[in-house]
Amino acid sequence: MIDDTQMRDATCFVGVGTSRYGNFPETDSYGLGIEALKMALDDAGLTKDDIDGMIVCRIPSYERLSEMIGLKNQRYGLALQSSGRMSAVSVMMATVALMTGQAKCVALVYGNNGRSVRDYYGGAPGPWAPWGFTSPGARHALMARRHMELYGTTSEQLGHVGMTFRNHAALNPNAVMRKPFSIADHQASRYITEPLRLLDYCIINDGAVALIMTTADRAKDMKQKPAYVSAIARADTYEDSSFYTPPNDFWYDALQDISGRVYKGAGISQSDVDGLMIYDNFSPTVLFSLEGMGFCPRGEGGRFVSEGHLALGRRLPTNTNGGHLSESYMQGWALIAEAVRQVRGECGERQIKDCEIVQYICATPISSSIIIRR
Amino acid sequence: MSYTKPLPAIDNWNRPFWDATREQRLVAQACEPCGTVFFPPGPVCPHCLSAKLSWKQLSGRGTVESWVVFHQVYYKGFADEMPYNVAMIRLDEGARMLSNVVVPNDSLHADMRVEVVFAPATEELSIPKFRPLTPGEG
Ligand SMILES: [Zn+2]
Repeated sequence: MIDDTQMRDATCFVGVGTSRYGNFPETDSYGLGIEALKMALDDAGLTKDDIDGMIVCRIPSYERLSEMIGLKNQRYGLALQSSGRMSAVSVMMATVALMTGQAKCVALVYGNNGRSVRDYYGGAPGPWAPWGFTSPGARHALMARRHMELYGTTSEQLGHVGMTFRNHAALNPNAVMRKPFSIADHQASRYITEPLRLLDYCIINDGAVALIMTTADRAKDMKQKPAYVSAIARADTYEDSSFYTPPNDFWYDALQDISGRVYKGAGISQSDVDGLMIYDNFSPTVLFSLEGMGFCPRGEGGRFVSEGHLALGRRLPTNTNGGHLSESYMQGWALIAEAVRQVRGECGERQIKDCEIVQYICATPISSSIIIRR
Repeated sequence: MSYTKPLPAIDNWNRPFWDATREQRLVAQACEPCGTVFFPPGPVCPHCLSAKLSWKQLSGRGTVESWVVFHQVYYKGFADEMPYNVAMIRLDEGARMLSNVVVPNDSLHADMRVEVVFAPATEELSIPKFRPLTPGEG
């Protein structure tokens, strides 16, 4: 039986690749995924023959992908549902495969061509369609309104999330949206589903991310300094999942449960974390993540973000690549890649000073967190 | 004039709920052993897993817990009602549902007391919506 602390630094990321981000109708999620995979292999100093495990997300067929790249030595594989909640789940599945000897070196590949095929998030048939309720944004708007009613959170406070991440994206040449905006600009942006505005919503773009993972002992002789998975945990909440989440919870109980496990697992506390990567599909999720993980008291996420703590140079630089709100909609994967690059110290203008430990947090019906350290 | 908004996808579990709307009754499943009232409908009680369920007529009253206002048209049938609200309503019997509150959007507030009203849709069903209860009405 392996407990949380025995997983500490047992596996690691040894390669990362991120494709170009934008609108690329001339290719698709296979083409982009392979572009990212080749970058990740090159980054790791490995070839495809070193890969014996493959985890695939949002690419339609794992079989077709392995066929396209002529993978010969595969002994482990998994295709995950195309949703953001699967980002840390994929890392957890790779960790388990590596620790149990099912695989020696796993490639994790995410590809998304939602922009060029005009994926439209909302308007499909569904249980609440007779009342006109649809879209992930509306589900988060429902939570945001409740948070406002319970705790006095404001739209301006939510604006600080996107404004801060946009300032980070301005330092990231690969980010899709790089023009800074002010709180006034945020307040002037139109409502999509009130109380959420256009600038509270993530962008939609094509792109791909690939990660190469192996065990700590195998990584010793590899090209890159390993970025260790120091702890990883998830907790699922499906009560009231017809509404996405229990309305007064904001995944707080799940995140508290994860918080109790990842810090113990990694042997650290919140104060040791140098930077955060928070799944920011919509701005309120950042508040829920900070509260649930214990970076601020429950209900005070709005005040906390408006104090500027998430900016580079401040206490908790967050989403230094610009996140989903500005860099790319890679459903958590690009945030994990950014965490690896931050602990390696490769981020140039947007590098967090003396960055040793970065925490990834995802608040969704599958909530999750990863502690990544050098 | 034909009804242009989305119609419910009727399945084996929710058919009695929608059948009851034809008679302007709001019903939900109640668990006989433990008394849990739940919605959306399903095969067993989510609390105790009993399949001994009966359809209970509800008071039709509830409380607004949260709400949103749609400013983006996702369904053509709602286009001439923009912007429209959808509220999360906790029914007095304990179950929750999403519905429209027939009220100006800017007068919505948390803890608003509401009561069901039925909006005609087709010959087979109507759509349960809610209207505010005035103080003293409960
Ligand atoms: Zn029961």
